[in-house]
Amino acid sequence: MATGEPAIAVTGLVKRFGEVTAVQGIDFTVEAGEIFGFLGPNGAGKSTTIGMLCTLLRPTAGSARVAGYDVVRERDDVRRNIGLVFQDPTLDGYLSGEQNLRFHAELYGVPRAALAGRMRQVLEMVGLWERRRDKVNTYSGGMKRRLEIARGLLHSPRVLFLDEPTVGLDPQTRASIWDYIRRLQAAEQITIFMTTHYMEEAEFCDRIAIMDSGKIVALDSPEALKARVGKDRVRLHTDDDRAAIAALKERFGIDADVRDGAVTFSVAGGQEFVPRLFAELGQAIRAVSVARPSLDDVFMSYTGTSIRDAGGSARDWMRVAARRR
Amino acid sequence: MTATAPQPVRVQVPPRSLRHDLRAVKIVFHREVLRFVSERMRVISSLIQPVLWLLVLGTGLSSLMATGGGDGVDLKTFIFPGVCAMTVMFTAMFSAASIVWDREFGFLREMLVAPVSRGAIVIGKCLGGAFVATAQGVVIVALAGLVGVPYHPALMLTLVGELFLGAFALTAFGVLLAARITNMQSFFAVMQMAMMPMLFLSGALYPLSGLPAWLGVLTKLNPLTYAVDPMRQAVFSRLQLPPELERAFNAGVTWNGWPVPVWLQLLMVAAMGLGLLGLAIVQFRRGD
Repeated sequence: MATGEPAIAVTGLVKRFGEVTAVQGIDFTVEAGEIFGFLGPNGAGKSTTIGMLCTLLRPTAGSARVAGYDVVRERDDVRRNIGLVFQDPTLDGYLSGEQNLRFHAELYGVPRAALAGRMRQVLEMVGLWERRRDKVNTYSGGMKRRLEIARGLLHSPRVLFLDEPTVGLDPQTRASIWDYIRRLQAAEQITIFMTTHYMEEAEFCDRIAIMDSGKIVALDSPEALKARVGKDRVRLHTDDDRAAIAALKERFGIDADVRDGAVTFSVAGGQEFVPRLFAELGQAIRAVSVARPSLDDVFMSYTGTSIRDAGGSARDWMRVAARRR
Repeated sequence: MTATAPQPVRVQVPPRSLRHDLRAVKIVFHREVLRFVSERMRVISSLIQPVLWLLVLGTGLSSLMATGGGDGVDLKTFIFPGVCAMTVMFTAMFSAASIVWDREFGFLREMLVAPVSRGAIVIGKCLGGAFVATAQGVVIVALAGLVGVPYHPALMLTLVGELFLGAFALTAFGVLLAARITNMQSFFAVMQMAMMPMLFLSGALYPLSGLPAWLGVLTKLNPLTYAVDPMRQAVFSRLQLPPELERAFNAGVTWNGWPVPVWLQLLMVAAMGLGLLGLAIVQFRRGD
């Protein structure tokens, strides 16, 4: 990959399954070193998109380059340069953690001379070095996921794909997985492409694409997306609420009212507004708080559904059913 | 672990080459063996059945034959090659079933997204399955002395070699099935449906001579017949038997009266194995 070339470049990507168009011509670029998140309700086309980027599905139209290689014409080059962690575990439970990694290394042709050192490094990174000789069946869900992340990294990929890396894990394990992901991104300088339906995790991404019905409906940093959606909510505690409301109307043209004992109003760019407020309001302010819109608000405004409705148990059911097929 | 991240050990994955594909074949093979060894229950259970056939059923039916006036050839000796083939057959099919298992547990995907030819994976799987099955067969072959088959080194080697060939063809058949049948229950149902008639029509458990015409035709259409007959011929070549017994128990396979030579039978099994392997590779490539 030439320096400066994006890690992932997608143009006009389409995937049809018979009558159904799962992905309807999407375009986006992921820069090298980014953590890029894919958000969307169930059936939005996220998994289909990942499938095409990982060379598991052949695009119906359009093109995609991953790590500088075309996903159709240079399939093996793409595969050599990506690491994959799927939603569902893909480990051999009857083998030890170490044996699972060795299998992967041989399949990817990792040079033997470098293997021992690399294996130790990735296992230590995810805290499984001590447990390497135990059968994977004895691992907890979080340990299995960490082993898969270690395995995905073993061959030094340029892009790591994580499909719902923390689904089904308890909050504490989820936090520790994120800890590993961020540490790894710093240590390995790789690009991370992930899907998630946990909003708090999407916050960790440098940029997010929101996908709905096979199209990307929004793509920006979490901050910018939230700014675009709307206004921040500002709450003021003043000595004279009535005067403060009048002053807000007069100086800034803002309609405010008293809610829960505080002067409350909505304004774009709330944090930037606070200094002006102090300078120009002409009223004593005792306390101020600014609440940013949440990514939930963002998601809602673009897709019309809450991510909590889109995710959850129904999705897990579908996945189990799909795997059994 | 501290904040000072160590310099990562970068590894460079080389472009695809024959050497790389061979490494893949080897590791898939290796995993097959590791899994087999780690499942002791499977090893033991797959040995119990043939031992029962050979020592219990063989002994029981021998007494029947003795009272019926047949003498000279112990039934256990006769069914020995058949039981060897049977052992190998079941183990080979179980190995092939592991592909269905791998698919259900997701591990197949780990193999299919690797930058390696699908052919290498299928070949590794077939060789691994055949090896494991042959290893099981060797245990049964080692019982030769108990059923009156001499421990002649050349005979032992011939039997093991012929077992491997048969095991390879059967694993390839199983892998081909596993490429299309993606659910465990259906796989075992189809396997059972294919294996039972194959076994009964192969001459593994009764002589091929003097069969009614319809049965004779069916045995000649059955591929397993050509895997069992060379083994029986190898065993009988080491027994000094009067010609009439030889004719009754080791008639060999004939096509329209022409005795099919052992080398041709083995060639047929090998060709079938390779053909099935090729088809299996095509099936797994189609998923792209």
